[in-house]
Amino acid sequence: MSMSSLVILTLIGLFLSLRGYQAFKSQGFHFITGVDWVAAQDGSGEKNVFGLGAMIIGTLVISATALVVGVPLSVLTALFLTFYAPERFKKFLISVVDLMASFPSILYGLWGFFVLMPMAEYWAKLIHKYLGWIPIFDVPQPAYTRSPFIAGIVLAIMIIPIVTSVSREIFAQTPLDRIQAAYALGATRWAMIKAVVLPFGASGVVGGAMLGLGRALGETVAVYSVLNIVFKVNFQVLYGFGGNIASMIVQKWGEASLSEGKALLAAGFVLFIMTLLVNMGANYIVRRTVKTGR
Amino acid sequence: MTTTYVPTVSPTRPWKKTPAQLIPTVVILILALLLDVSVVAVTPMKGKLAYALLFFLFSVGMQFIYAWVKRGRPAAMDSLAGAVTMTGGMIVFLPVLSILVTVLVKGLPGLGLHTFTQTMEKTSYSDPLSSGGLLHAIVGTLYLIVIATAIALPLSILTALYLTEIKGRAAGFIQFLVQAMSGVPSVVAGVFIYAAILLTTNLRGSTFIGALPLAILMIPTVTRTAQEVLLLVPAELREAGLALGATQWRTVATIVVPAARSGLITAVILGVARIAGETAPLLFTLGTTDKVNLNPFTGGQNALPYYIWSGLRDGTEGGVARAWTAILVLLILVLSLFTTARIFGNRKAKR
Repeated sequence: MSMSSLVILTLIGLFLSLRGYQAFKSQGFHFITGVDWVAAQDGSGEKNVFGLGAMIIGTLVISATALVVGVPLSVLTALFLTFYAPERFKKFLISVVDLMASFPSILYGLWGFFVLMPMAEYWAKLIHKYLGWIPIFDVPQPAYTRSPFIAGIVLAIMIIPIVTSVSREIFAQTPLDRIQAAYALGATRWAMIKAVVLPFGASGVVGGAMLGLGRALGETVAVYSVLNIVFKVNFQVLYGFGGNIASMIVQKWGEASLSEGKALLAAGFVLFIMTLLVNMGANYIVRRTVKTGR
Repeated sequence: MTTTYVPTVSPTRPWKKTPAQLIPTVVILILALLLDVSVVAVTPMKGKLAYALLFFLFSVGMQFIYAWVKRGRPAAMDSLAGAVTMTGGMIVFLPVLSILVTVLVKGLPGLGLHTFTQTMEKTSYSDPLSSGGLLHAIVGTLYLIVIATAIALPLSILTALYLTEIKGRAAGFIQFLVQAMSGVPSVVAGVFIYAAILLTTNLRGSTFIGALPLAILMIPTVTRTAQEVLLLVPAELREAGLALGATQWRTVATIVVPAARSGLITAVILGVARIAGETAPLLFTLGTTDKVNLNPFTGGQNALPYYIWSGLRDGTEGGVARAWTAILVLLILVLSLFTTARIFGNRKAKR
């Protein structure tokens, strides 16, 4: 019975690659590297062009935004919870973080669209005004709605609970003798954190961030709600379109022809492999940190 | 004659700040607020964002300078770090507050008795909110939870038992697989069931097929929690069982599992909470309906997340308002599951 997880994982890989095989075969490497997606009608004799590249890049751009926004906040929160917060406040904040983890992703999507988007648009304008000279913050036209930036913020909020709780666990495992040694040498709290906790927990934080990345890569509904999915490569995070493999699958699913459907299954396979690799790496790092303490 | 003298001493807290020590903090905060308001009034900056940012900068900056003058550079850095981490914690708290308030404000107007007694069979999104309800979606979600749990529960508990009790040769490998499985995106689980079942056989989407990807998502959550709970069962209990001549199987079945019962229930509840709000896999596997469908194997089904999704995609005012009401109901369901899990878990920890 315990082998069920092996069976399920193998079956997922097997079925998705099998069903998507035609798409892989007809497109070759273009399926990963190509950036255009044109589905011909079945039987019309036209050629299908499926290139997932734009969506892969879009997924990475959004996830990177989420990490840049979410990880520092999570680490700060974890530090605050472990070393600064008064006991009563600590319990309350921990349950708030747990609460965040329990919200369904469609709730984040709905809230992101109706509440966060108007605010985030304003932030995007500010960033563009003052940091627009940096290429990724530039926009060719003033279109700030439904941008990768906004999707990234929503994802950041979604990964904060994971990254925070992993970081908190790692920070809490800092050997007490080292902490006390630092205090005995006259360190302030911050000096102690800098000298003892951060070196000890750094790789654990990286592992936690990768677990968060794993979640960000595969997020579907929340991203679909706030992102304007267009099949083009877009590195300008503030500009109003982008992509994400998972939500692209949902978007194209409804009216997909048979061959396009197979290409979507192949896209699912690519996503599966991506998240699997990231998660394995993350678990490896977290476990190693917990075991050896460095 | 001797009298025993018992001194009544209240515990002293030398680290506690005296009112005199608190004065600088209060003064700095008031100064920062005044400066904040005046700067915003004078310069072209405006909005809540400017207020918050400037207040943060002023108060932190002044405390930094005060600490530097009074106690030197290390103390200044310490006060800065304390302020920055606290701000991080506050920022994390804000979206949760905003989400809860928004859901309540937007969801409550559509909530009424009809929400739980009517379906969308004879109601369209343009009808007033007082007609039509979520009954079909609630029934669907309950069906999905029951079926997914029925599939995932034996698999995950047995896996957890294998990992903690039998500790066979494959334990490390399986642990690794369970963790890998917990990272499977929900959309991939949905697409997988579609490719494996709907595309291969001529079955159509139904409650049972919709529950399959949910079971896949549930297994790792339940397994990992159950594992932690089983590890808490004292080794003495197992040894006592074995010493009485019981086989390992009997020890596990009659001693270990009952001892961990409430923890195992917590594990299942957490698993259910994990899947109750899943939307993406249902889009591929559920079919759809506007009526109550009590047959889990034929005909489409609806579910709360799916209902919210349709309302949101519809985009009309009525659709979105109904989506908010449904998400309020879903959130109450998920939160009550979590609270129950917490209570069970705490009771376990206390014993």
